[in-house]
Amino acid sequence: MQIIVCVKAVPDTATRIKIASNGQKIDQEGVKYALGPYDARACAKAIELRDAIKGDSKVIAIASGFSDGERDAKKRLKDVLALGADKGVFIADPDPEHRDPLSVAQALAAAIKAQGKWDLVLFGRQAVDDQNLAVGPMTAALLGVACVTDAVALEVTGDKAVVTRAAESRTETIEVKLPACVTAQRDLAEEKYPKLKDILGAGKKPIETFAFAWPAPAWEVKKLSAPPPRQAGKIVGEGPDAVPKLLELLQSEAKALTF
Amino acid sequence: MASKIVVFAEVRDGRFKKAALECLSEARKLKGELGGGDVTAVVVGGAQVSSLAPSLGAYGADRVLVASADWLERYDGEAYSKLVVAAVSAEKPDVVLIAASLDGKDLAPRVAALLGAGLAADVTAAKVEGGKLQITRPVYAGKAYATLEVKTTPQVISVRPNAFPAEQKTGTAQVSPLAISFKPEDLPSKVLEVKAAKTGKADLTEAERIVSGGRGLKGPENFKIIEELAEEIGATVGASRAVVDSGWRPHSDQVGQTGKTVSPNLYVAVGVSGAIQHLAGMSTSKCIVAINKDKDAPIFKVADYGIVGDLFEVVPRMTAEVRKLKGK
Repeated sequence: MQIIVCVKAVPDTATRIKIASNGQKIDQEGVKYALGPYDARACAKAIELRDAIKGDSKVIAIASGFSDGERDAKKRLKDVLALGADKGVFIADPDPEHRDPLSVAQALAAAIKAQGKWDLVLFGRQAVDDQNLAVGPMTAALLGVACVTDAVALEVTGDKAVVTRAAESRTETIEVKLPACVTAQRDLAEEKYPKLKDILGAGKKPIETFAFAWPAPAWEVKKLSAPPPRQAGKIVGEGPDAVPKLLELLQSEAKALTF
Repeated sequence: MASKIVVFAEVRDGRFKKAALECLSEARKLKGELGGGDVTAVVVGGAQVSSLAPSLGAYGADRVLVASADWLERYDGEAYSKLVVAAVSAEKPDVVLIAASLDGKDLAPRVAALLGAGLAADVTAAKVEGGKLQITRPVYAGKAYATLEVKTTPQVISVRPNAFPAEQKTGTAQVSPLAISFKPEDLPSKVLEVKAAKTGKADLTEAERIVSGGRGLKGPENFKIIEELAEEIGATVGASRAVVDSGWRPHSDQVGQTGKTVSPNLYVAVGVSGAIQHLAGMSTSKCIVAINKDKDAPIFKVADYGIVGDLFEVVPRMTAEVRKLKGK
């Protein structure tokens, strides 16, 4: 069985985001990058599935992104190789900050097709930077296969997968024909941490480059801006005796509560 | 330049979602700014949705296309995306609007990719400039905003719930059926079982009021006081990442950059210190209240109103005062 996992290098969530002075990009100074937290769960699941299946199973990790410095997406492929993936595939993107999700899905779909046989493609449900929540289902649509989003459990039996999906106000158990795409919710797998020898061993595993001729993006980003500042609020008071005043303000001033 | 806009109007529990009505009202507004045109709502659901459809006229729909069948009662990404794509292919709109509810976030990218269209997700503002639609959407979970123009026709836009007003005016919509050209057994996936998690309460993504608890609650059993306050003010319960990581609350309750991004009218943060990734996920809330014993907690920097104090005294008092106001 061939399992593909698509990952992204994202700024660490504790990072403050500053807009560069041209209003077009974020200031890279001091920004630390990490494997997307949902992508990490997808990787853990892919490796778990491979290890549970007897025979010749492989996990291939694919990432597109920057190819330089701290933000280099190849570093994140090394993370996935250290976790146990067999091979990495890197798609260089000269301008990932302005790339729209359809373009990314097109690149990933092309790279996935180039892997020959594949049975399952896993993604994180969302990248915590763009927050499009789109690349998984879009890639599935371009590949012409089914997609189950927000998976919290996944089992493979023969040519089918049974996926538990955390949907709105309900949990669904879905049977899907393979090949298929699945996006990972946090609870899909426990987070894994590589051992030192796996980190060292990852250097010996292959990272191939997939050349993709990026089409013009489906959107034009005009500018990036800081969020509108919130006005400084007021401390209504201290302790429970401040509660009646707070409720009065919420009703009369903020108009956020009515009874 | 006249414009055609298609809006997917999501139904839940036999009613149109407020987020769907917000999309329609925004479509009506954009139609005006784009020099007139036509707003077509697409409704997919069980047998009862046909009778609901005419009410969309008051919110901005000129026409409504309805695909109804018993097996379509519950959202299914494969089936719903095929139907919305069929409607879009027939209508040839310039813009497709879909509420960015949890199901809408699953639907919009499928629809966009099947159409080969660009997608702007979770949009919080839209305006027309020089005849073109300019979109604003949060990135880095609200740590920054991107202003952009989608270059494809059509363009697909998923609209953040609570970011746009739903306005009821007068108007009637002409309703016609949308043909369903496939059967459930033609789909590549099949739902084997459904378990309802919770009913009635809006999901955090769409909630108009949220009461969130953080580490200050000291333990999962103490969320009872959060739940009681939420119950009295009709709010959905949220949680900080620290609380979810400790296993006190399920991940579906998590607000923040690695959880859900929310925009309620009222966000009450109880015992939440205000880590940057939490603030990123809730700073578009219209009114923020913070209750925390640490007067220097970062949450007070974004809160409109704060009470410095012991949450175990303040929150039960608040619940009791709300009950008094409600005449209970």
